[in-house]
Amino acid sequence: MRKGSIAAKGGSDMAAVTTTQAPVLPPPSGRAGFGGTLRSEFTKIRSVRSTYWTLLVLLAISIGIGAAICAGTAANWDQASAADRATFDATQVSIAGLFYLGQLVIVVFGAIVLTAEYSTGMIRTSLTAMPRRVTVYVAKALVFAVVALVVTLIAAFIAFFLGQALLASTHANASLSGHDVLRAVIGSALYVTMCGLFAFAAGAIFRHTAATITSIIGLLFVIPILAHLLPSSWYNDIARWLPDSAGGAITATVAPQDSHLFSPWGQFTVFAVYTAILLIVGGILFRRRDA
Amino acid sequence: MIEVRGLSKRYGEKLAVNNLSFDVMPGKVTGFLGPNGAGKTTTMRLILGLDYPNAGSITIDGKRYASLANPMREVGALLDAKAVHGGRSAYNHLFCLAQTNNLPKRRVGEVLELVGLTDVARKRTKGFSLGMSQRLGIAATLLGDPKILMFDEPVNGLDPEGILWIRNFMKALAAEGRTVFVSSHLMSEMEHTADQLVVIGRGQLLADCTMEEFIARSSGQTVRVATPQPDQLVKAVAEAGGSAVNSADGTLIVSGLVAAQVGDLAFEHGVRLHELTVVRASLEAAFMELTADSVEYRAENEQGQPPGPAQQPAQEQLVAQGQHRGEGGI
Repeated sequence: MRKGSIAAKGGSDMAAVTTTQAPVLPPPSGRAGFGGTLRSEFTKIRSVRSTYWTLLVLLAISIGIGAAICAGTAANWDQASAADRATFDATQVSIAGLFYLGQLVIVVFGAIVLTAEYSTGMIRTSLTAMPRRVTVYVAKALVFAVVALVVTLIAAFIAFFLGQALLASTHANASLSGHDVLRAVIGSALYVTMCGLFAFAAGAIFRHTAATITSIIGLLFVIPILAHLLPSSWYNDIARWLPDSAGGAITATVAPQDSHLFSPWGQFTVFAVYTAILLIVGGILFRRRDA
Repeated sequence: MIEVRGLSKRYGEKLAVNNLSFDVMPGKVTGFLGPNGAGKTTTMRLILGLDYPNAGSITIDGKRYASLANPMREVGALLDAKAVHGGRSAYNHLFCLAQTNNLPKRRVGEVLELVGLTDVARKRTKGFSLGMSQRLGIAATLLGDPKILMFDEPVNGLDPEGILWIRNFMKALAAEGRTVFVSSHLMSEMEHTADQLVVIGRGQLLADCTMEEFIARSSGQTVRVATPQPDQLVKAVAEAGGSAVNSADGTLIVSGLVAAQVGDLAFEHGVRLHELTVVRASLEAAFMELTADSVEYRAENEQGQPPGPAQQPAQEQLVAQGQHRGEGGI
């Protein structure tokens, strides 16, 4: 606390403060609503360092792992069997870093969009400024989704092009004009963004970072592993209903489509429906509960 | 004007606010008093729509808080100065709040200037002292230049300089014709700032009156003075560390000084006295008595019910107050 910085009335009495020094505010242009809240949420997300760190890690993991797998594959291509070569999916391999590990990062990023407001208490300040909660909730989700999609698309395309360049010596490399390749590259970004929205909604339900991340990792990573332990006839029946099946389905361009799964977009729709349900439940709770 | 009607809020077993009704009148400082745990913060959260009441209603100039067109232009509220994201700079914190209500960007710089945080505007709030955080919180309340300001225990934990600053700031806000609703668990804090008092204990209304009425109700050691030169005496009393307020019948009520001191002061400053009477307890003592009674009443009332962990704090509070009261009586 510095005496000199206090706005002093007359200058002699250091503690006498006036608030009338500020110019008068212009009259309101309308009702505070979605536009302002959207701009506010964008300011929030771009004004904390954790956003940049998280997205930097996402890019590094997605591009780095994709490149490492591609370089390794190219170096060992001579030893690969004919069967391996036939089923080799150059597109999927190059973006594997994004949709396997990048989704972990985006899950954390999506979760903390809301849970960080609860852990810091900022949510009470936010909801005092904008008490229309559904507006806040939708603005938050939208800003997160757009930021996540832009960054994952960048990661997907860089990983794809870098991977294909590293695979050039194998002549098995893919090009964007190839069959299903563009769908796989864009789909990987959509899938990872959807994972983030899934975590965002869970954050609204749990309002606690650790609980949110733990439960989402359980749903997206552990349950699929456990499902694999089931007898294959059971697994084949439930695979198409698992949320993570969308990731493998939408990024595959070569291997014959698993007959137990829906089409890539069908599988993506299953995941999108789960996410939508979770977003609605999260929104209802966000609106109803005491902040 | 804030109108609270029949407000009740239950958290699990605990009835935090119980059928509370009062008005916060425009253009005045209204002190919201009660011991810790009386339900002051809960009431403020309910006013802002952060929590939903189990019963009752709250309107701000006739509207629910959530339906105000531009909430920040109507009400500026500071409940918890540390309720900010520590990783965000002071400037960006205020900017993201201003954007929700479409307030101009320049306003952020203006309010930072008003509270004296311009130099640290770009610093992350993580490193702010409590005093700086309070200033940032107050800056946020002023963004929309609101008619109504609400502060929850604004001087809690502040150093004397910070307390003085906040106290003067609230006075300045009220002098501009704004409504100031400020909570405290210390009567001595309100003595200097509030015109109107709302006193609660255990979630129930104990008093809703002017400061003068509250003084009139209390019993014990204050000094009533009748003088044709009240302004001079008020000034002298203030300089001597006491405080003097006008009572309804035109006399002055001096607290913080004993009768002999007031008489000597008047003599030294050449102020003629027509009356000098020892009357009442300090406001602090009156407040303690009022709230302690309410706690005692509640405690007795709860004896008939099965004892639960929720009742435990009430007992502790009663003991703590009893001790405090003992000290005050010395």
